[in-house]
Amino acid sequence: MDQFQWLYSDIVKDHFTKPRNVFNPDEKFDADAEGVVGNIKCGDQMMFMLKIKDDIITDVRWKTYGCASAIASTSMLSEVVVGMNIREAYKIKPNDVAAKLGGLPENKIHCSVLGDKALRAAIDSYLQKTGRPDAFKNEESVVVCKCLNITDKDIEEAVKAGARDWHQLQEATKIGTVCGGCKEKAEELLHEFVHIYS
Amino acid sequence: MTKRAVYLDYNATTPIRPEVKKLMVEALDLYANASSMHEAGRRAKAEVEKARASVAALIGAANPSSVYFTSGGSESNNTVFMTMLEEAKKSPRRKIITTAIEHPCVLNSAAHLHDEGLPVVFLPVDDNGRIDMDVYGKELTDDTLLVSVMAANNEIGTIEDIPLIAKMAVAKGAYVHTDATQAAGKIPVSVSDWGVDYLTLSCHKIYGPKGIGALYVRKGVPIEPLIRGGHQENGVRAGTYNNLGIIGFGMAAELALAELPEYNRDVRRLRNMLRDEISARIPYVRINGHPTEVLPNTLDVSFPGAEGESILLSLDLEGIEVSTGSACASGSLEPSHVLMATGVGPELAHGSIRFSLGKYTTEEEIRYVVEKLPPIIARLRRMSTVSAESAAVVGHK
Ligand SMILES: Cc1ncc(COP(=O)(O)O)c(C=O)c1O
Ligand code: FES
Repeated sequence: MDQFQWLYSDIVKDHFTKPRNVFNPDEKFDADAEGVVGNIKCGDQMMFMLKIKDDIITDVRWKTYGCASAIASTSMLSEVVVGMNIREAYKIKPNDVAAKLGGLPENKIHCSVLGDKALRAAIDSYLQKTGRPDAFKNEESVVVCKCLNITDKDIEEAVKAGARDWHQLQEATKIGTVCGGCKEKAEELLHEFVHIYS
Repeated sequence: MTKRAVYLDYNATTPIRPEVKKLMVEALDLYANASSMHEAGRRAKAEVEKARASVAALIGAANPSSVYFTSGGSESNNTVFMTMLEEAKKSPRRKIITTAIEHPCVLNSAAHLHDEGLPVVFLPVDDNGRIDMDVYGKELTDDTLLVSVMAANNEIGTIEDIPLIAKMAVAKGAYVHTDATQAAGKIPVSVSDWGVDYLTLSCHKIYGPKGIGALYVRKGVPIEPLIRGGHQENGVRAGTYNNLGIIGFGMAAELALAELPEYNRDVRRLRNMLRDEISARIPYVRINGHPTEVLPNTLDVSFPGAEGESILLSLDLEGIEVSTGSACASGSLEPSHVLMATGVGPELAHGSIRFSLGKYTTEEEIRYVVEKLPPIIARLRRMSTVSAESAAVVGHK
């Protein structure tokens, strides 16, 4: 995907200029759950609101302070999740959304991850509210540190709990303390999660 | 139908003006090596020297031979800093003073000298982007080798008080450099009035070709070649003369000097109109940069609650071409280092847009922009998690 032409694909342009399911400040939307991730200090923030009935997402709204790819990908995501079971929605990956947009350039993927993280945060809060905290934890996790069986979710949780650098992540998880081969991948994820949660 | 294009990114680069283009097309046939002794070579050399005189005139340099042609602003700036690295080996002076808002080619050159062991100070600036003279006064010690402060900033357009900065440096025995890449052709530039030892220029900001620039070096101050080779430019800058670029530069400089009063008046009027209309039509905007000591063509505005890249691309879809200090557009996670240095918080830096006008900007274009912009900002703000009002308040620390 070309670094500069991506916006001008018809699908992306359409979702950027006419985003679907954007929250309208004048409407009343009684959300059953909400999730907010990101930080304006880093230049982007995302909020997802869900209406849920029998674990099926019946309606969504979202808002963002974000760039064009954040807007386009969240718009696409919001269309995809309506009618979905929350367990299924929880598993959606940024790449699935990017693919539906016809691909995003490498340097824009990072901007588009906020949508699904905000969606998951909203689902987490719903699970909490309905007495099932952590019900979907580790469902879709990927092992990052083979020596110690530490997953991307574990890194995410450590960051949520306050880890901000490699040293703090190691204190929280012991990651990378055996062969050390996972460090590069783990630092990449750390960087991404710190951006989202700080 | 061709798409409408309103180019408001003249600080990034300018189109080649028709007079310059015409001369360059003719000069395409002037292929001789300007170092050759034969007739054709001498003819090319005469054109090069004519251009050198025009560039010298643009910056008020009495002696054209103190102007050296380079490949552009980046090379000129690098040459000065690398000269200082050599100089520090011979001199008891080692300290380099520059500012936090320089162009990356200065910032990274200064960082390189720091890596090489020289003490380097990046002066802070005030809310308007002017350097903190108290800090400067304290940092300017007897061991200062170089003071390098840009004449005008490329993002916010703030003009620094170079005459005063230079006077203070000279009194302490330090060399003074200014990067006048953005100042030249927009405000009067004079190496003699300013009292600087080195001055950087780039041709593509004054309606000439890219890949050509100049470095003014006062007679008697040290200069080391960055590019070693033949003895072109008195051994200061090797490489066969870029006839085409140099000739284009000469014409661009001559016209920039002749038209300066007219340019200044026209572009300032349109910039003020754009500024006033934006302020009147859009709530909670912040104009960045100095209110009066600012380039006549530059307007940097923050739109709290709306993200810069989204604004830029929305404008682009309407054919309006600008730039932004938002992190997203630069591909890094950091917003504009210039805005952050002025104390604008990240909330305002991420939502900033630079409009830079030029000699081909028309009133009709400005009217078009002020029609298109308000609904874009309103739309992005309506869907934002950040309220414009609160970002405007917390944005400025
Ligand atoms: C202030 C400043 N200095 C230096 C440069 C670099 O000039 P050049 O593109 O000719 O290398 C620029 C332009 O990009 C600039 O705005
Ligand atoms: S894979 Fe993480 S320590 Fe070996």
